[in-house]
This record gives sequence, C-alpha cells and structure tokens, in this order.
Amino acid sequence: MSGEVQAAAVLGELAESEARDPGRRTPRRRRVGLGDWLLPAYTIIAFVFLLIPIVYTFVFSFNDSLKSNISWRGFTFDKWLNVCNVEGGAVCQAFGNSIVIGVAATVIATTLGTMIALALVRYRFRARSAISLLLFLPMATPEVVLGAGLAAQFLAVGVPKDMTTIILAHTMFCISFVVVTVKARISSLDPALEEAGRDLYGSPAQVFWRVTFPLLTPGILAAALLSFALSFDDFIITNFNSGSVSTFPKYVYISASRGIPAEANVIASAVFMFALVLVIAAQVSRTARAKRLAKLG
Amino acid sequence: MSAGAFAEQGADLELVGIQKRFPGFTAIERLDLTIPAGSFFALLGPSGCGKTTTLRLVAGLEEPTQGRILIGGADVTDTKAHERPVNTVFQSYALFPHMSIIENVSFGLKRRRIADAAGRAHEALRLVELDHLAQRRPQQLSGGQQQRVALARAIVNRPALLLLDEPLGALDLKLRRQMQLELKTIQEEVGLTFLHVTHDQEEAMTMADSVAVMNKGAIEQMGPPAELYESPRTVFVANFLGQSNLFSGDVVGSTNTAITVDAAGARIVVPTERARRHQGRVTIGVRPEKVALHREAPRESAQRNLLGPGHVIDVSFSGVSTQYLVTVPGVGTLTVFAQNIGSGPVAAEGAEVWVSWDVAHGFGLDDDAESAPRFAADDDTETIAVHRREALVAELEER
Repeated sequence: MSGEVQAAAVLGELAESEARDPGRRTPRRRRVGLGDWLLPAYTIIAFVFLLIPIVYTFVFSFNDSLKSNISWRGFTFDKWLNVCNVEGGAVCQAFGNSIVIGVAATVIATTLGTMIALALVRYRFRARSAISLLLFLPMATPEVVLGAGLAAQFLAVGVPKDMTTIILAHTMFCISFVVVTVKARISSLDPALEEAGRDLYGSPAQVFWRVTFPLLTPGILAAALLSFALSFDDFIITNFNSGSVSTFPKYVYISASRGIPAEANVIASAVFMFALVLVIAAQVSRTARAKRLAKLG
Repeated sequence: MSAGAFAEQGADLELVGIQKRFPGFTAIERLDLTIPAGSFFALLGPSGCGKTTTLRLVAGLEEPTQGRILIGGADVTDTKAHERPVNTVFQSYALFPHMSIIENVSFGLKRRRIADAAGRAHEALRLVELDHLAQRRPQQLSGGQQQRVALARAIVNRPALLLLDEPLGALDLKLRRQMQLELKTIQEEVGLTFLHVTHDQEEAMTMADSVAVMNKGAIEQMGPPAELYESPRTVFVANFLGQSNLFSGDVVGSTNTAITVDAAGARIVVPTERARRHQGRVTIGVRPEKVALHREAPRESAQRNLLGPGHVIDVSFSGVSTQYLVTVPGVGTLTVFAQNIGSGPVAAEGAEVWVSWDVAHGFGLDDDAESAPRFAADDDTETIAVHRREALVAELEER
C-alpha cells in the first residue's frame, strides 16, 4: 500500500510547485564519464526493485487461485468481476470500512490541523512552542506504543472499540502531519497579501475565504492526501483499537496466516491504479494549464 | 464609508499626537501632521525612521499606542482597515497570485458591492494602459506592469486617501522616472489625496507638493520641496535632502538683517531671517552648488562670504558638473559643485583656491551637528530590562 503514500506525496508536491511557480523547469545537468552508464543502470535497478511487489500483486490478481494465492494456476478475470462475492464479501466490507475511516479521519484531521497551523504561525500565545513540540510526538513515537496506549485508555474509560475509536486514533496521528505540511505553506505566504485584502474592504471572513484559503489550498490538499494515505495504510494502531471491525490492512494481515485471497490483490491493484490515474491526471492538467498560460502570455 | 459610495474627492488627513511603540523600540515618538485634501504629500526619511509605520497606522494595519487619526474630519482611529476609505499600493505590490488582473482590480469594488465592478475595473486598467492584459495572472507581468496593476487596484476604489509605500523601489531607474510622471498625472487627473512614503529624496522632491522629512520617529521639517531644500532647519534635513557644507561657530556680531559667525577664525555672515538661532554657538551652512571657486583671491565684498586660501584635494568630473573637495585650514572640507560651462575642471588637485558664496544663500540650523539621540525614555534601566525579557521570551518561543 506504499504506493498510496507515494501518490499522495507526488500529488502534494505537484500542487505545491504549481502554486509556487507554474511552468518552471529546472535546467538539466550534463552527465559525464562514469555517470553515462552507472546512473541509468542504477536507476533501472532501483525502479525494478521498487516495482517488483506491485507488479507481483497486480499479476496475481488475475491468478485462478483456489484458497491460497501463492502458485500460478492460470489467468482469469473472475477475481476482478466477483471481488465482493467471496467469504460473504469480507474483503469489500473491510475495504469499505477503510474508505469510511480514511475519509472521516482526513476531514477531521485536516480541518483541525489547518486551524492549529494557522494559530501556531499567526499568533503569539502562552505555550506556543510547547504545543509545537507536542505535535511532533505522535510522529516520533513508535506506532505500537501509540496503539497500545490508546487501547489502554479506551479500555480504562470504558469506550467500546468500533469504527469511532479507529477514526479517533487515526485523526490523532494524522493531525501532526497536517500541521507540519500546512504550517510550511502558511509560513511561505506573504503577509502583505492578507493586508491587501483587508485594505481592499475585505472583512476578516472575506479575507480568509477569498485570499488566505485559496492560497493555502495546495498545502491543505497535500495534507489531506497524506492523511488519507496514512489512515488507509495503517495497520498497527488500527489493530489495537478496532475491536471486531475489519479494515483492509487488517483483513490482509489476518488472512495472510491462511493464504491471502486473490481478491485482496484485486483491491490493492485497483487502489494502486486509481492513485496512478490521479497522478497522471494532475500532471496532464498542469501541463495543459501551463500551455494555456503560455499561449496567453 | 458606506457601501456603494465613492469619495467625490480626496479628504484631509490629520494625525494628532500619534505615538507607536513596539516591544523593544519606539517607532513613532510624537507625530502631528495635517495633509490637505487633493495634495500629493511625500513622507521622506531613511529606513527605520517610522515612515512606513505611519502609513500602516493610517491604513489601519497597525494601531497607534496614542493619538488620533482623522480622515476628512472623521475620527477613524478605532475603525478596522476594511472600514476605512483608504487604499494602499504596497511595496511588494501584494497582487493576489490566484486571481487574474481584472479580478485583482475589481476585488475592492466587489467587497463593497459597487455596481458594474467589471466596467470600472476595466476603466482603471485603461488608465494605467494595461486593459489588454486583464485576463492574465500577476506572475505573467513584468515588475513595472505589476506596479501599475497595484495602482489601478487601489485607485479604482476612489479612496479619500491613497497610500503609496515605496511603490517604485523595485523598478529600474528609467521605469521609475516614467512611473513618477505617470503617478503625478494620475493624481492630478483623479484629484485624490496621495500620501507617498519614500527614502528617495529626488523622488519626493519631483513628485510631491509637500514633503515631510522624518527622522527617528518624528518629523524634522515639512514644506514644499524648494523651501525644504533652500532653507533646511536641521542638520539632518540639510544632509538628507541634498548635500550641505556645515560650519559651527559662535555668533560674534549681529545687525538687524544678518548675524556674523566666527567659524574657526573665518567670518561668515547669514541673513537673520534664514537663521534659526541668533546667539551662542550655532551651526550654519550653504549648498555646494551655491559656492563659487576662485583661482585667485577675489576682492572682499559685504555681499559674499569668502573662505581661503585652501587646497583642492579631490576633483570628480561627472559630465554636467564637477565636484571639488576643498580643504580650508581651520574651517574644514567643503564640497563645491560647478557647472561645466567652460570645458572641463577649472582647478586641478592640489591647486590653491578660494571659495565664496552669496550671503543670501547661507542658512542657520536649529540643532548642532552632533545632536543628542532621541528616545531617552527607552534608555532607562527598567525599560531595558523589560524589553530584554520580552525579547528573550520571544526567542524561546521560536525554538
């Protein structure tokens, strides 16, 4: 599922660079000597290494497997067509849960995180630096510790573990990433832009929604994508706080002990392709816009 | 200003007893200023003199520690930036990068729900001759074009008062000259009150009807450019606005019309009405272009101050004029500007020369060349301790 995170990172970067300076290309440096063959060879090996698991997953989603999906038994589209029809749709159920949790955690974490980032950059208040530091903690703490700690807390307070506890847990660790991403964007914003908004008769709300927010959008979008990818990916913290609710990573992990069904490969491949399409679409629209602007200019 | 209303003309701006303190320093000590409606007023001073703070106070982007701000007679001290009939052309232009030029220009009109915002915006763009670029984004425009868009975005709102925060600073010399003329033309055309902040004395003098020279958070002198230049009142003005030759000495004689100053043995006469102080130790001066250079000792005359003999220690030829540095023993070094009416410099380095100037061209200043620093109030130990502590806390917060 690391393809998810990569896609999010790439999209975020695209959005970021677009906002900074559209259509700017870094000049390509000339390679010399050893680099002529060493760099391409190294690059190819690195990519092959990176892509093997993905290609394997994709290919075996077409395997006509019975129970375990380890040896190749022939090509079929069956698994793609009947992905929700095995084990009473357990894969799809888990996948659906993951989507719901991911979206909910992303929305909450992005909203709260953006507000925290704005407060941290714009205002001077007591314990500002302490809060900045505390926000890094969930990123620095081992996930197992976080997950176990949360589980103990939920147990102590007597909260039954279900979707809500998973969403709470995911929101918690996503906020840190949102704050860090959005903070960088806010810091790079020219304060004169908001002042110009105020100067041009914009009320505080109008200035926020018409000037600040559109300028922060690339950062917020990147943060949201990152949040979703992290939440969708998460197994460790989820495993501690999910009770009987199944998520996609959890489903794959549990079924791994008795052989992962090809349906899991189908969903993994589909998610990967979705992310790929998203990245390509973003790239294409960016080029198109750059061309359109160039034509105008 | 009520929504939908335009200022018919510029309004007076009055600053009464304005003081602005930031943690650790005082930006403006005490400022009283009245700018009449329809004038082009320049606030001139070195960086850190408080001129930009003054502008931000008027715009409503900062709040004064003390004092009142009145626009057209109405007290706006407690109103927010977006409620003031004031618009600013920012130093960095601050065009919204996510909007097209036309959206930028109509931003203020739309916030105030003024009818036909697009039409008025196009009209403003035509005024700065950029209507053909209305659909572009700011980053596709050159610096000079962005500057003109920033101007259009401000004047389209017909503010009672237009604030310009060194808007020409980022432009090259030629473009700056052109924009200076355009700004002046536009100001006359639309009849708004312009408050222009700059550190460029030439810009202030060519564009403004009135100039206020600011230094260390206070206005040193205010008046039409020619008056400021011909009769500076303080050492700072004499040196910041053009160059000056200054001398210190005791008043040794005075008549009804003139005082005589003994500057290290040399007698220099200054008209009484052009001297700020008439007894004791005074600082007097004369502009370098008023001083004439003589190869031979000229005849003494009651109409001219004469110093010399001295020696030329430096000659720099700059085409239209030549600048000589002349050392007169005891008195010091004088700068002399001479138009190159003949051909080339008239005196070489090391030559023995005399300098003279018309008595009427001298001026006497208010303060001494080594005047005491301002803001004594901030220098007492308690204030320093408080500021030090605040700075430390802020530093720790940053970590």
